[in-house]
Amino acid sequence: MPLTLAPNLPDPDGFYDDLLRAHAGLSDAESAAFNARLILILANHIGDPETLRAALLAAR
Amino acid sequence: MVAARYQTAFRLYPYRRVADQGAAARRHPVVIVGGGPVGLTLALDLGQRGTPVLLLDDHEGPGQGSKAICFAKRTLDIAHRLGAGAAMVDKGVVWNVGRVFHAEGELFSFDLLPSEGHRHPAFINLQQPHFERFLHEAIERAQADGAPIEIRGGNRVTGLVTDDDGATLTVDTPDGPYEVAARYLIACDGARSPLRDMMGLGFAGRVFEDNFLIADVRMKAEFPTERWFWFAPPFKDSGQSALLHKQPDDIWRIDFQLGWDIDRDAELDEARIRARVDAMLSSQTGQVPDYDLVWTSIYTFQCRRMERFRHGPVLFAGDSAHQVSPFGARGANSGVQDADNLGWKLDLVRRGLADDGLLDGYATEREVAADENILNSSRATDFMTPKTGASRLFRDAVLDLAGKHPFARPLVNSGRLSVPCTYDGLPGFGPDATGGPALSRPGAACPDGPVEDGFLLDHLGGDFVLLALGGPAPKPVSAHGITPRILHLPRVSCALAHRYLGDAETALYLIRPDQHVVARWPDFDPGAVAAALSRALGKA
Repeated sequence: MPLTLAPNLPDPDGFYDDLLRAHAGLSDAESAAFNARLILILANHIGDPETLRAALLAAR
Repeated sequence: MVAARYQTAFRLYPYRRVADQGAAARRHPVVIVGGGPVGLTLALDLGQRGTPVLLLDDHEGPGQGSKAICFAKRTLDIAHRLGAGAAMVDKGVVWNVGRVFHAEGELFSFDLLPSEGHRHPAFINLQQPHFERFLHEAIERAQADGAPIEIRGGNRVTGLVTDDDGATLTVDTPDGPYEVAARYLIACDGARSPLRDMMGLGFAGRVFEDNFLIADVRMKAEFPTERWFWFAPPFKDSGQSALLHKQPDDIWRIDFQLGWDIDRDAELDEARIRARVDAMLSSQTGQVPDYDLVWTSIYTFQCRRMERFRHGPVLFAGDSAHQVSPFGARGANSGVQDADNLGWKLDLVRRGLADDGLLDGYATEREVAADENILNSSRATDFMTPKTGASRLFRDAVLDLAGKHPFARPLVNSGRLSVPCTYDGLPGFGPDATGGPALSRPGAACPDGPVEDGFLLDHLGGDFVLLALGGPAPKPVSAHGITPRILHLPRVSCALAHRYLGDAETALYLIRPDQHVVARWPDFDPGAVAAALSRALGKA
């Protein structure tokens, strides 16, 4: 499964709003921990190792 | 005495003494207070429909200065229906190319190609005084054709008494005060609405702790007609973001986001402003073009609205009812949509064709629209000015990724352009019996489209319309004394089919006078049309 880097969110502003709301009231350390959990959950959802390696490269 | 609060750009409606002054208060069906884009649009619409309207303004023309400069497609469609659109588009600037920069580098650029079969572009840039002047010219033409519109300049409302039946205004003039009575009073008197204050009504919301410096400059040389937007601009002292775009008459609008803790007087010093503008204008070429500074000011902004837009005989429209940040041009544009929503309803109520309750629908629908506009403009503001560590982290991550990866570009938010609100699930709309395209569902403003001799919206005009696409022509249907005009398009262009039919061969739409879809069906059922028309008129 190739990594999708073209726009794929049906409502980008709505997603972004939800993401920031999830962080509301968290300290920096809590935010960082939240992000780590979120990445692990999304990685498990993707599953495919090649896709995940491509994502790790794209984020560099 | 009526002291000037600002300098006027054009003297369009000079004060003249009228017979009402020095006589007992005469009662008018509709009085509008405020001759800005919203009040003028509403006066023009009502007058063209034949409802007598009196507009009071405390100046003699539009104010000078930095006001709205971006008028969106829906506004142009409304202005075109009222006979003022062509002059606006002729004078306005259309730009297609935008560039987004982050610090030193260009992240990406975009080209807003016009979509086929729309009379109007997504928006034009035009200074608000011109927008008002073109509306006023259309009013003068309508008056010459007998439209019952009266504008009284130099008339300032200083007192207001209301009861269930109407409002009585005390109006000050250069010849002293007099009284005006109104069955309905429409407050289009701006964000600082004196009428709202006189009624003791609240205006709650959120103040953004930020200052924006505006500089309008006149270029003496060629400069690209593009929109340039910087996050974290690299030039000296230019704040957190900067924006450059073109207006008519070789004027460019420049905004610098300066932050909260500034010395306003120092920032308005001409040498300091010129240093910033020089740095911006030379950032791409290394050359500072010759320019004049024609206007500078510093503004802060709020996102807030009245809890209810209707208070008995008084209805609030435009900035008096709701205020947004400027990102997305949702101020004047949404106000013109308020006027478009209200005009036909006031006209039907005045004629006795609808009950007073129809005006409650104005408030309900436009309150929902205001929430949508405030949400969009707040999101843009939060992206441009991150308030927390986490929001800054994600904002900067989006900007980092947007240069390399297209997926991040739709997340970059420097304002989402005003589009009309779809009144999903509100009373008076439905049914949606076709499963047709989402963009033309009940509650939506009709998308334009090509028809044999022009554009669909021209054929919709300002009446109730029964639009039949494909299939046979429907028979006339009436309810409560109203018979929608039939518009039968046996052959449907590809673009129109895409916007209104989807996979279906035929469809029947009932459309309101403000060109919002009431209901749609796969084929003609007179009983269903009559029932939907009744609901649209506020009669269950």
